[in-house]
Amino acid sequence: MKLLDFLKRERKNTATVAKERLQIIVAHQRSQRGQPDYMPMLERELLEVIRRYVQIDDDAVNISMDSEDNCSVLELNVTLPRT
Amino acid sequence: MAKIIVVTSGKGGVGKTTSAAAIATGLALRGQKTVVIDFDVGLRNLDLIMGCERRVVYDLVNVIQGEAGLNQALIRDKRVDNLHILPASQTRDKDALTNEGVEQIFKALSEDFDFIICDSPAGIERGAQLAMYFADEAIVVTNPEVSSVRDSDRMLGLLASKTRRAEQNEEPIKEHLMVTRYNPSRVDSGDMLNLDDIREILAIDLIGVIPESEAVLRASNQGVPVTHDSDSDAGLAYTDAVSRLLGEDLPLRLYGGQKKGLLSRMFGGTRR
Repeated sequence: MKLLDFLKRERKNTATVAKERLQIIVAHQRSQRGQPDYMPMLERELLEVIRRYVQIDDDAVNISMDSEDNCSVLELNVTLPRT
Repeated sequence: MAKIIVVTSGKGGVGKTTSAAAIATGLALRGQKTVVIDFDVGLRNLDLIMGCERRVVYDLVNVIQGEAGLNQALIRDKRVDNLHILPASQTRDKDALTNEGVEQIFKALSEDFDFIICDSPAGIERGAQLAMYFADEAIVVTNPEVSSVRDSDRMLGLLASKTRRAEQNEEPIKEHLMVTRYNPSRVDSGDMLNLDDIREILAIDLIGVIPESEAVLRASNQGVPVTHDSDSDAGLAYTDAVSRLLGEDLPLRLYGGQKKGLLSRMFGGTRR
């Protein structure tokens, strides 16, 4: 039985791994499309400021910009650890 | 009014220049008046792939800076009527290209040509952005490999935002996917992204699949665009892509990568 399993076992399909990794990174890239160039910098600096008070992870800060009729809304989402 | 098509990819070495040369040649062979322009200022190579490197006198930058007329800089292809090459400068820095200068050239070329093919440099710097800025259509050249696919997605983002059509809210640039260096047997063994995966991730229409082929290196060695090698796998694949570019509804055919049968393995196959 063991031998049969061994023979049937397929080598991990690397193309599938590539596809999964690409789907994630491309979705991330697209979410940033059309946003102002300063957004990554703004996100980094916000992270630094918050870290002066609370220790948070790199992915705890989420910002996005939404355009409405005549103004843009900056949405800031910070996940703080339970104290 | 000429149709302006940019051949772009983001990543280097995926086959932009090979594709630009092959497509321009294919269009001219179909009777379309075509000019292919090298935008890779400082690292020109299109002239070499087109086999006209010893006939370059003036280049794109000379024309933009008024040192030569457009007709002096255009090189007439030796093999096909209707085909002209506008080489890039090898010495100047890339700031020599200006938006206004490029626009003037397109305007002048539009009167005489049916197609203007722009061979973009790699990267997302000025040369690449200028090559795509005035485009009506884009051919995004992608290898079945993660970094190339990711970079292609970045280029799609730029095509949708940093181009004239985007800035002026005109009808968006028509985007085509061209997969190059495709190896069906590696796809079968699960070690290469397949066409559907790439199409699904990038979500644009496929205009052609060029197999990984010995014919491509043979073509560049000789400076004869691979379209002329008309019964090679890559040549056939580019010819199909050109037909689709001209609006024909051609079913997808995969060339190359056929598994060798017992007989051909024993007695040696053809050279392809």
